[in-house]
Amino acid sequence: MTADLATYNFAYLDEQTKRMIRRAILKAIAIPGYQVPFASREMPMPYGWGTGGVQVTASIIGRQDVLKVIDQGADDTTNAVSIRAFFQKVADVAVTTHTKDATIIQTRHRIPEQKLTEDQVLVYQVPIPEPLRFLEPRETETRKMHALEEYGLMHVKLYEDIAQNGRISKTYAYPVKVDGRYVMDPSPTPKFDNPKMHMSDALQLFGAGREKRIYAVPPHTEVVSLDFEDYPFEIQTFEQDCALCGAHGVYLDEVVLDDRGGRMFVCSDTDHCEDRREHGHVGAMLAPNQEAAE
Amino acid sequence: MYVAVKGGEAAISNAHRLLADRRRGDRSLPSITIDQVAEQLGLAVDRVMAEASLYDRSLAALAVRQSRGDLIEAIFLLRAYRTTLPRFGNSVPLDTAAMQVERRVSATYKDLPGGQLLGPTFDYTHRLLDPSLLTDEEVDEPARKPASGEEVMRVSDILAHEGLIEADGDLPQDHEAGDLTREPMEFPMGRDLRLQALARGDEGFLLALGYSTQRGYGRNHPFVGEVRIGEVEVEMEVPELGFAVSLGRIRVTECQMVNQFKGSSKAPPQFTRGYGLVFGQSERKAMSMSLVDRALRADELGEDITAPAQDEEFVISHSDNVQATGFVEHLKLPHYVDFQAELAMVRKMRADIEAARAADRGENEMKDAAE
Repeated sequence: MTADLATYNFAYLDEQTKRMIRRAILKAIAIPGYQVPFASREMPMPYGWGTGGVQVTASIIGRQDVLKVIDQGADDTTNAVSIRAFFQKVADVAVTTHTKDATIIQTRHRIPEQKLTEDQVLVYQVPIPEPLRFLEPRETETRKMHALEEYGLMHVKLYEDIAQNGRISKTYAYPVKVDGRYVMDPSPTPKFDNPKMHMSDALQLFGAGREKRIYAVPPHTEVVSLDFEDYPFEIQTFEQDCALCGAHGVYLDEVVLDDRGGRMFVCSDTDHCEDRREHGHVGAMLAPNQEAAE
Repeated sequence: MYVAVKGGEAAISNAHRLLADRRRGDRSLPSITIDQVAEQLGLAVDRVMAEASLYDRSLAALAVRQSRGDLIEAIFLLRAYRTTLPRFGNSVPLDTAAMQVERRVSATYKDLPGGQLLGPTFDYTHRLLDPSLLTDEEVDEPARKPASGEEVMRVSDILAHEGLIEADGDLPQDHEAGDLTREPMEFPMGRDLRLQALARGDEGFLLALGYSTQRGYGRNHPFVGEVRIGEVEVEMEVPELGFAVSLGRIRVTECQMVNQFKGSSKAPPQFTRGYGLVFGQSERKAMSMSLVDRALRADELGEDITAPAQDEEFVISHSDNVQATGFVEHLKLPHYVDFQAELAMVRKMRADIEAARAADRGENEMKDAAE
């Protein structure tokens, strides 16, 4: 129990572990959408709080990288702050909140609104990597189903949804088919973000620490959301624009203003919102002379 | 007016400062030392070492203190440290027959070589709160007897002489035990990995599962062949030397459960075994582990799998309390992006239903007017 006890390698993980994880990542890239088992390590943050994403990031990050971490699209949510602080502490890398400046973006539940480039890697934190898990709880079974490309059960589930609710009622973690082969869970991002995965210029890596799986979508890979000809896939739309920056066609968070039903909608992607405001875009709530005009 | 929330960083640092304050508690009281925790809350320290899979009393005691006595948090702290340690190699299998026993009881024999030895047990204490512990009263030195030198034979070895009990597992001599903290876990598992998972599994979860087998969910007719607690030597082969050298002694609890077995197409009638081995002193855990180990051998022994405790994927996937607590507690992280998506959909579905109802009403009114 001395001071030398607390010495850690660059980016926390030892080099053997990083090599093991990089091998899993390479395999994942070689077989798009396939879940590669890996010997997930115990991390100094809880399972379910991004240990998979953190291990992937720790294995690919170098001293030249610029890291951005978001949770729910925002850089300032507590867990994003905590993970960013972790990498500042153990890897001493540059961090940013600007999507365009980042080389690695670790995310939970969102894909940034700004189109990513081939110089960027998007690392997803994944709670349950298995898209078939809620149809079949056994790993031994679901692995077989993937191997045999036996996805009928998933289509039946989507069909039943339509029969019962008149629509596919999945709003997030909406299953996709990658490169025409593997059905994949895009992590619990709203289905609004699914089209951004398709033919993305950026490499997309997915880490599930507790479930010990890594999977990937290489750049320029087909990612198709499952649907039916007569019930095509649709993303969420919002009637309002962002109240702060006036953005349209972006994902919005609903903010409760009072106990009398007052609501406002603002960009979930905080960097996107700030960037727009800096460029002079103004939403309804920030518009000058709003009251005078009334 | 709404302002985008900033200051997660300040909030986190203030929260941690408050946590440190609450951990310390009333400053007018002396703070507890790691040695005091290790000596006087030894069973808490044992549990943390066992479920963290790291035998180090001082670090475990530090973790207990740092976690304010939250043992799962302490286990988590110790594991997150363990994971960074380099591996030098494997020890040779522990020889528990050579254990310096402090406690050893068998429920299957009235007396046996080595004798019954109660040791430091809560058994047969009357659970009455003891006011003498409110003050710092002098405690008597324990009674001791000279070591008899008699070999403390394992009950499984006694039964084995008659061929009534299954032999030790039939792994090849050069089999290297797996390590699920270093290799990806896959089902079905070998028994070595399964036992590792159980040894670091949550005491409460294994207790409940073991209990469920006694109540008929995968009953396996257990007898405690023996439970023993004491110190064993840990040895390691050093290739340069060509023989095993001692690394030190550790305290462990071992339980050999002897289970009746009527035989099946896969195995003849004989006594079968469930095995439990845990760091430190924890009879409850070792016994629960051996019940669950035996239950999980259902497939190997050709028994019907009907109960949760017999289901390897179910048991092993959910026995790790650090994983479980992380995932359960992650629900308190923000989920508002997903919730927003659900909110919008429920609103839309309700609007559809309202619209359909309104249309129905309109039709009925038209009909009424026409009649």
